[in-house]
Amino acid sequence: MAMADQPAGKSFRLSMLLYDTRYRSMTIQFIMLALFVFGVFWLLNNMYTNLAAANKNPDFAFLSSTAGYDINQRLIEYTSQSTNARAWLVGLLNTLLVAFLGCILATVIGISVGVLRLSKNWIVARLMTVYIEIFRNVPVLLWIVFLNAILSETLPQPKDFKGVDAVASMSFWDTVIISNRGIFVPEPVFLSGSSIMLYVLLASIVGIFAFGRWARTDQETTGRILPTFWIKLAIFVVPTLIVYFMMGQPIDWKLPAFEGRGAIGPDGVAYTKGIFRIDADNGIHIRRSLIALCLALSLYTAAFIAEAVRAGIMAIDKGQSEAAGALGLRQNRVMSLVVLPQALRVIIPPLISQYLNLTKNSSLAIAVGYMDVAGTLGGITLNQTGRALECILLLMITYLTISLSISLVMNLYNNSVKLKER
Amino acid sequence: MTQEPYVRTEMLSEQPAPSGQTGIVKWMRVNLFSSISNSIISLLTILVVIFALYEFLPWMLQPSWGAESLRECLNDPNITGACWGVINDRFNQLMFGFYPHESQWRPLLAFVLMLVAVAPVLFDKLPRKMVWFSALYPFLGVWLLWGGTIWGPLMVIAGFVIGVVVHKVLSNIVGSLAAIILSVLVTILWWLYGVGSIAGALSGIAPIGIAEVSSSDFGGLMLSITIGVSGIALSLPIGIVLALGRQSDMFVIKLLSVGFIEFIRGVPLITLLFTASVLLNFFLPPGTNFDLVLRVIIMVTIFASAYMAEVIRGGLAALPTGQYEAADALGLDYWQSMQLIIMPQALKISIPGIVGTFIGLFKDTTLVSIIGLLDPVGLIVSIQGTSDWNGIVWELYTFIALMFWVFTFSMSRYSMYLENKLKTSH
Repeated sequence: MAMADQPAGKSFRLSMLLYDTRYRSMTIQFIMLALFVFGVFWLLNNMYTNLAAANKNPDFAFLSSTAGYDINQRLIEYTSQSTNARAWLVGLLNTLLVAFLGCILATVIGISVGVLRLSKNWIVARLMTVYIEIFRNVPVLLWIVFLNAILSETLPQPKDFKGVDAVASMSFWDTVIISNRGIFVPEPVFLSGSSIMLYVLLASIVGIFAFGRWARTDQETTGRILPTFWIKLAIFVVPTLIVYFMMGQPIDWKLPAFEGRGAIGPDGVAYTKGIFRIDADNGIHIRRSLIALCLALSLYTAAFIAEAVRAGIMAIDKGQSEAAGALGLRQNRVMSLVVLPQALRVIIPPLISQYLNLTKNSSLAIAVGYMDVAGTLGGITLNQTGRALECILLLMITYLTISLSISLVMNLYNNSVKLKER
Repeated sequence: MTQEPYVRTEMLSEQPAPSGQTGIVKWMRVNLFSSISNSIISLLTILVVIFALYEFLPWMLQPSWGAESLRECLNDPNITGACWGVINDRFNQLMFGFYPHESQWRPLLAFVLMLVAVAPVLFDKLPRKMVWFSALYPFLGVWLLWGGTIWGPLMVIAGFVIGVVVHKVLSNIVGSLAAIILSVLVTILWWLYGVGSIAGALSGIAPIGIAEVSSSDFGGLMLSITIGVSGIALSLPIGIVLALGRQSDMFVIKLLSVGFIEFIRGVPLITLLFTASVLLNFFLPPGTNFDLVLRVIIMVTIFASAYMAEVIRGGLAALPTGQYEAADALGLDYWQSMQLIIMPQALKISIPGIVGTFIGLFKDTTLVSIIGLLDPVGLIVSIQGTSDWNGIVWELYTFIALMFWVFTFSMSRYSMYLENKLKTSH
């Protein structure tokens, strides 16, 4: 059988699709694609049949209907009258909050532990090994519920603050309540004039970068080393503070307080009316579930980060630190100027995957009742509307977007610090 | 008179080193008190450790093993700390869940046999013949755990034999590729339509079997191990295929593999478990209904295979290109070179990574408690709910944490031993 578009004298036979390497890969790809399309079609067909039988065709209208449940920890305005989409957003922000805090805390702990584990001090190194082995070998879910239980059992209950001779008292000069319901910190109230402070703050941040740049060129040309950290700190704090007092202290602080019978008023006398409780209107409430989740995730992830840091430092040739020592650098400068910057290249890829793990593990919030996106969209909304397919699909897309964005940003950073090779 | 200079004529015997330079004193000087700041840090750390032990040990060492309820512990003046009676009382449940008491030798035997089955993979000094047992083990393990007639697993194994026989017979007649396709088709048809009826008929003739156990009775550590081990075992072949797919030159195959791997790695396991608990049945033909443990195993396998694929891809990438080129130069085709040259080496390099994936998966099996399965963590709540142990907290957490720790720590040590053994550089 000759084909018209073949070169003259060469005939195309059907068997060439299999045995000729020029066509074989096309054949295989075509078969795979066909199988894949068929498989997807089969799954979707089953799905439509099943959903039609249950009278629940895919429909995202539930997103705009009233959610009807409360979310106690929230970053934006939300009531039970808000829509399900709003609840999704609140949950998403809660996920991002715990992931953000967790990543920072995990990095700080992880790097310290990783460096300390290589310490020449035997007992410190051993203690860090024990920490790593304990934390990374026990499931993170267990740590989350365990830390939640520890906080709930060991911190004072609100009733311990009751009365003049209370068992517990407020911390940090009566500005913070640490109880097993969570931590209550002062809430800033921005009065008129505080916007000027914000501008000054932004300006000083720009100033810090400008100063850093100037100091670097100055050091390169004259060799003078300035105490940049302290100067930067001063630029950051001083102008804003001056403006704060010049404007007549435009930020008011709402201090957390107790109310009801047994609460101590400003005049030192206990109130006699109402139910004793923590005043819900004053102060920012950081719930126990958030603290427990954040701590557990970061302690667990820090153990892995510490191992990555240790591996990164050990990957740097010993000659590097010896050479730095021969140049007369002190031990801590050898670490911060020579070893760590090089180790960073080795550390960053595993660090990215740990950040991703932490973010994905934050979905275990459901175990302590912290309302993250898996708790709102994949939990209560799913159960109340019965829209399992739509909710889980949106949930997966949400997590996929978060994961891909984190790895995109971190990979960009990784590329910027990578060794520039040919 | 000149004084004779002193000349020593005999060797002095060796003197012991100064007492500050030997033994424990020297060790402490070097490792704990090398400088002032180091000494302060050491002392502080020692104080912290002593304080922690002082607080923790008396709580732990309590004569409360025999207590039968929390009340008994609270009323006993001798017991001021942990009430370990709960572990003694509920040990069986924490290990086996609600698995029937008289059949509990089966999961135990399955566990011991599993160790035998993985031994030849993990320790290369053992005789190679044992691999045959490893190949048979999946069927044996499933039969031991779920019970039922022995003919079912036997007929499934027979499917493989039939496939091989069909391939042998046909490959001379219709060519090798057609023979492979036909034998696979025959095997699948056998599994789909032959196994059920023939096994049923055979068990009617010769009813050999053990009592069936429904997987809703599975629980405790046994459930964690079942899910973890089957997830890893099933994900290994899928992971290999995905890893090869990701390295393939063929665009469609690469695209599908990368898409699958990145999608699974981008979502948390809990969403996949939600899928298993509420959604999976939607995607199967109407009327299909199998139990939650099986659905969870399916989703966990899908989850693990994406991670497994990345581990094996690492192993493939670690091989020098020369190995691929040498295989090509020998005239081997793709599958031959993979099977004979590339995979044996790549898999060997990936074993530490595979063990690592297994450790992660084993820890992640605790997540099934969120969708209502009774693994150790899920059992905590149900034990706390009983009237005898209402209010118990720390003892259960400590015990379960310790249980997981023993397993994962020993596995991670094994993986480190392997890494050291495989390390070819100095």
